[in-house]
Amino acid sequence: MKRLNKTLYSVSLLAMALALSACSHDDDDNEISEVAPPQPVTYTYQIKVTNLTSGQPASPIAVALHNADMPLWTIGESASDGLALLAESGDNSEFLANTALLATASAEQPTLPGESMEVSVSIEDNAASTLTVAAMLGNTNDAFTGFTAMDLSQLEVGETSTRVSVAYDAGTEENTESAMSVPGPAGGGEGPSEGREAHDFVSMHPGIVSAEGGLSSSVLTSDHRFDNPVLRISVMRME
Amino acid sequence: MLRFNSKGFRKTVLATALFASAGLAHSADLEVTVQNLTQGIYFTPILISAHSNDASLFELGETASVELQAMAEGGDISGLATATEALSANNIANPAEGLLGPAMSTTASVTTDEGNDVLSIVAMMLPTNDGFIGLDNWAIPEAPGTYTIYLNAYDAGTEANDEIRGSGAPGEAGLPVPPPLEDVVGNNGVGVTATVANDSVHIHPGNIGDDDATGGVSDVDNTVQRWLNPVAKVTVVVSE
Repeated sequence: MKRLNKTLYSVSLLAMALALSACSHDDDDNEISEVAPPQPVTYTYQIKVTNLTSGQPASPIAVALHNADMPLWTIGESASDGLALLAESGDNSEFLANTALLATASAEQPTLPGESMEVSVSIEDNAASTLTVAAMLGNTNDAFTGFTAMDLSQLEVGETSTRVSVAYDAGTEENTESAMSVPGPAGGGEGPSEGREAHDFVSMHPGIVSAEGGLSSSVLTSDHRFDNPVLRISVMRME
Repeated sequence: MLRFNSKGFRKTVLATALFASAGLAHSADLEVTVQNLTQGIYFTPILISAHSNDASLFELGETASVELQAMAEGGDISGLATATEALSANNIANPAEGLLGPAMSTTASVTTDEGNDVLSIVAMMLPTNDGFIGLDNWAIPEAPGTYTIYLNAYDAGTEANDEIRGSGAPGEAGLPVPPPLEDVVGNNGVGVTATVANDSVHIHPGNIGDDDATGGVSDVDNTVQRWLNPVAKVTVVVSE
């Protein structure tokens, strides 16, 4: 731990030295002596997701920057209305309309199995914000994936942090897997349902049963089954 | 007093050895939280044990001990607790005081003695025949901090996964159904299988279940009482 800190420290010293030399070089080329007003520092992150599943389209990726003390979901607690809508239908508009979020972005298209999608989000003068990425697994009742309140404070410009995400169950809709309740192409149903007809807490998802697997109400097949992890998510700090 | 002295000695040795500290015995104050991440699986009494790396509660690919079998088939941790205490382990037994329900957490603290520098955790999963959550000899870090570990579901390999009501006694078929699960476990299933495909400890293949609470092959509900790994989150706060 101590060694790691030392390494980080020397890296920042090096960065400072580079920055200083760059500054003095600028001064040589430039005889203006006025002190420029401080420029806002923009932090831009590019989020790239890759869908690792066999047959689960991920709904348009929702991206949000927010304070660390407000994870957008917690296992064992009730899903917000915005998350319930996202997890049941793939519609992330209410999830991203949360006024406590500092910056948001969304992909325009779903990310299909085997495909990748990139979304960027920017914020000014806030190195301490954390990142949430979320998407529904479309051929399910209320499965979603992503991560919430990821710490970005150690991410330097040009650095990438990659992790994989698991499938969660919003707990707001029973996992009937019926055509009416699955909004993805396998079902073509409505998606969102009124109220909270399941146990109403977020948990890990138990997986797809499918019709062949013995769930008579299911419109899903073995193609729609998944195991963890379900998405690979890379976050690169662009500036 | 003896412990304090020997701890002081240990610190001197550490300072001399700089960072070559891996594996050295030390004592620590631990706060351990176990959270059930599943939607519909219950954990029976949990055993959290800080012990010497010479011992282990279970080994993947090896036959379960009779103590592990009793825990995995019936949720009885007394055998493992006694066996580890005989090796001077520092145990937390049954921190949730009974079943730990879906998405619930339990937290307990323990001070480890020198030499007890790995942490193991086990608890049976219900409804399963011999499924359990397991942490096997996780090296307790010396640096104070908060550490997170995700646990997989294991199969003790000691009982056929028939998924129907039966007994929690070692060697007897079927799943035990304690009162809190009476209403969520089905009846009259004919049994998924009568054989054990792998008789060593292995990653659990998962419940099959069915959608018929009064018949079918299984007494397990196939939409709720299943899981994908990981099934538990362990948070260890090392202070000291």
